[in-house]
Amino acid sequence: MIVDKSYQAVTGRKGEIINKAMGVDYSRYETGSIAFRYEDMMNDTGYTLEDHIRLQQQFNVGNTPIFELKNLTELARKCAAPGKGARIFVKDEASNPAGSFKERRAVASVYQAKKMGYKGVIAATSGNYGAAVASQAAMQGLKCIIVQECYDSKGSGQPEIVEKARKCEALGAEVLQLSVGPELFYEVLMMLEETGFFNASLYSAFGVGGVETLGWELAHQFRDRCGRDADVVVCANAGGGNLTGTARGLRKAGSKAKIIAASVDLKGLSMASDQQFNRKSFTTAHTGFGVPYATDPDHSDVPRSAARPLRYMDRYVTVKQGEVFYITEALATLEGMEKGPAGNTSLAAAFALAQEMDQDQIIVAQETEYTGAGKHIQPQLAFARKNGIEILFGDPAEEIPGSNIILPARPSLLKAREADLDHMRKSLIRRQATRATGPVTAAEIAYLAEETNSSDAFVKGVLTELGYQLA
Amino acid sequence: MAKKNDWVRVHRSVLEPEQRTGKLPEDTKLVPLEMWVKGRLLNESAEIGDDVTVLTRAGREEHGRMIEVDPCYELNYGCFVPEILEMEEQLRGALFGGEQV
Repeated sequence: MIVDKSYQAVTGRKGEIINKAMGVDYSRYETGSIAFRYEDMMNDTGYTLEDHIRLQQQFNVGNTPIFELKNLTELARKCAAPGKGARIFVKDEASNPAGSFKERRAVASVYQAKKMGYKGVIAATSGNYGAAVASQAAMQGLKCIIVQECYDSKGSGQPEIVEKARKCEALGAEVLQLSVGPELFYEVLMMLEETGFFNASLYSAFGVGGVETLGWELAHQFRDRCGRDADVVVCANAGGGNLTGTARGLRKAGSKAKIIAASVDLKGLSMASDQQFNRKSFTTAHTGFGVPYATDPDHSDVPRSAARPLRYMDRYVTVKQGEVFYITEALATLEGMEKGPAGNTSLAAAFALAQEMDQDQIIVAQETEYTGAGKHIQPQLAFARKNGIEILFGDPAEEIPGSNIILPARPSLLKAREADLDHMRKSLIRRQATRATGPVTAAEIAYLAEETNSSDAFVKGVLTELGYQLA
Repeated sequence: MAKKNDWVRVHRSVLEPEQRTGKLPEDTKLVPLEMWVKGRLLNESAEIGDDVTVLTRAGREEHGRMIEVDPCYELNYGCFVPEILEMEEQLRGALFGGEQV
């Protein structure tokens, strides 16, 4: 049989390919209305939080330490008003086998793939998730293909992504590298069809469920060490799985910590642009992923994403590229830890947010990530400069993504800037409401209120403004 | 020159510009979607620039133009960036040296 491999034909077979490549029939969670059964999807994996904890222990993942960053706290207090400056902690996720929290997301997917008899796993990722899946596939004895977006049309690769390719290959994976474009998911569908491997999607319930252990650990670690919960947990936000999983884990542990999302501000840069691809210094944890995935979670490689960050966010702040580079240097020179840089996005935000809080409060940046050649402030700043990006000291508020990187001229200029969460909530409601088949029902309104962590009144207001009839 | 079983890197276009999805920025629409992968050479021998078939790490047969034999990683820590030193001095000065925060 000749298989049509055109873009239209392959993406047209998406539902069928994904069903075969995951053993999950997503259609069973649809209700024929705006709503879908999110919690059922999360609970149907067959893995409870306790199962994830046990599996991760079995495969050397998790139980990472928390570190109090006393010098950074001291510096934040010098920048803050008297009495302000919460204790800043970081969870050292870099100490996972492949160097990031993403391994929590990979364990159950790879385990499930093996249990179901798949010979290998495939993941679409230019980031740490590739190394995480490769590491788990190595440990659990499966083949692994990582598909990454890496080069522009001149063949120039983002140093950070080139390093991820090296790491994946070091862990035994095949790395298929692509030039810029959203057809990455088309290539993945073709690979799934060709190999019959398991789709270890970042957005599956196996993956996002695995991150719940991070939130669970945080709650228990702070109770053990400080006798209380953290007041604020800052999560870097891109596809939303990190925040979603962490928040769900915290809730399951009974923690009332505020959840603050943080992304690097790349406003104005198109993520699918060939010419702009190498004019950015951050390939993840940025607004180019964070905002579209928050407002429209279901445009990934699965029909329904388990990562639904708007459900759990209390606030969403942005930081500039120059500020994340700066905090990465601060972590090295004041705390003796070389990590990141992308994994320090939440730490940059935490440094600024701590200054709003009282000194007896606790704020935690819930991840670090490994560093290495290519993936480090020096090669990344050198690459930016080579690509014509100006690097200067000044007020990062004036940074223009794609034109310059402004390092704070002094530490007090590092700020966390409020993103308009209500605007994002409205955007999600507007998109999802298009599925309405008649007047919007009370059940649909309640669902949208959950999706946006808002209220029935808020949802009703937005729907009325959009001209929808309410049942 | 490479011989059978050598570790090589191949490159090809997956989608030509006219085959790409409509939802693309103008600059990306003008260029093909390209692919790079490594594998063991299945041809008896080949020269750089030849169209070849390779066996990848995951056991797939893949084809493309051979662009590298014994491909190496060229990533490094980049050129000296004087601003990093300046950040270090400024941060230490602010915390320990009584300089302006």
